[in-house]
Amino acid sequence: MLVIICPNCGPRNDNEFSFQGEIIPRPSVDTDPAIWRRYLYMKSNTSGWQKERWFHVSGCRRFLDIERNNVTNEIRLVAEVGGDPRE
Amino acid sequence: MWEHHELQSTYDVVIVGGGVHGLATAYYLARNHGITNVAVVEKSYIGSGGSGRNTAIVRSNYLTAEGSRFYDRSIKLYERLASDLNFNVMFEQRGHMTLAHNDSSLRTMRWRAEVNKLQGIDSAVISLAEIKKLAPFLDTTERPRYPIVGALWHPPGGIVRHDAVVWGYARAAAALGVHIHQETELVGIDVESDRVVGVQTGRGPVSTSTVINCTAGWASLISAMAGVTLPITTRPLQAAVTEPVKHFLHPVIVSGSLHTYVSQTARGELVFGASVDPFASYSTRGSLEFTTGLASHILELMPAVENMRLLRQWAGLCDMTPDYGPIIGPTGVDGFYVDVGWGTYGFKAGPVAGESVAAMIASGHRAS
Repeated sequence: MLVIICPNCGPRNDNEFSFQGEIIPRPSVDTDPAIWRRYLYMKSNTSGWQKERWFHVSGCRRFLDIERNNVTNEIRLVAEVGGDPRE
Repeated sequence: MWEHHELQSTYDVVIVGGGVHGLATAYYLARNHGITNVAVVEKSYIGSGGSGRNTAIVRSNYLTAEGSRFYDRSIKLYERLASDLNFNVMFEQRGHMTLAHNDSSLRTMRWRAEVNKLQGIDSAVISLAEIKKLAPFLDTTERPRYPIVGALWHPPGGIVRHDAVVWGYARAAAALGVHIHQETELVGIDVESDRVVGVQTGRGPVSTSTVINCTAGWASLISAMAGVTLPITTRPLQAAVTEPVKHFLHPVIVSGSLHTYVSQTARGELVFGASVDPFASYSTRGSLEFTTGLASHILELMPAVENMRLLRQWAGLCDMTPDYGPIIGPTGVDGFYVDVGWGTYGFKAGPVAGESVAAMIASGHRAS
């Protein structure tokens, strides 16, 4: 069990969140398919500290950017992504 | 069971990962193709990764014709593995039963059964009465939240002693001249003008023209050493085992809807498995969330086991690909091959993957 300190809701268990995967900069919509493929599938899959996105699906329903060590599951940074996903 | 060797300065083939896939590949390279100047490098002890952490289930009742045929070949190899390797791998074809809890899964099962039958694989949809006869301890009443409505029954499926498969392949490969190097971590792959020329290990450098990545969990990191990027995300999958009790559960029971599978080992323990964890991680720690979820699902299936105690739980690392299919073959780097991305199906595919990868290497192998 992971405890994520949500900037809006406070400490919550990981099962309130949905894991969205590592953050890779999103290419522009008109870029070529090879770049889209790299963005969608070719993850770096690092072992150690990773920047990743989570969605607080059973809480404030905000997207969060988290820095987590995926070997020890230690979390050192949680920040809300700008904008309300419901808009 | 096998000799300890000094690390040679050169090998024809270096296989990364001393699990079922790596050792089977080494064995079939030597036995089927006479390629014996082979090293298997393993950073820990053989079978310490997914090969010793899976729930040891084998089956071939897949939904596609290609999948069924591929895994059926694996079952055929498992059937005669003990005599091939002269090592008892304790393969018990107890039958594999996938439960349906609703009409839509029953419909998919009928489809699967027909695909399987066309490939000559024993597979059929069975009724509640037949389920009851095969597994009397399952709750086939209307009591559970998701009552059982039928099942896909696959008699050739079963369980194998997974450590024995690892040891058997290692012993047989070593007897044919393969060098198995445990506690030998791969730290780099030397590539010159898009061609493999050697590897760096914790015990020193080795020159070679052929490297096969047969790892799970670390497949993307090892491929990155050769500059190859793979569409893989690593996720843990947890399993657990109970104290041993007298034999009461013969077939392997799977419930997709309840995300669980259970079998009883020859020792009498119940072995439980689940689906992959909800987030990516390289951690092999277990979680309480998993055990409580598992227990509630198992009690829905078999209320009679409520007083049994869990002995231990563990996790293994699964390399998940976007389409849940493995990645096997050559890469953009000449001489660097992969047999990776097996997700949650790696163990049952071990023999057929080893056989196929060995054939692929032998057909394009550059003699040194």
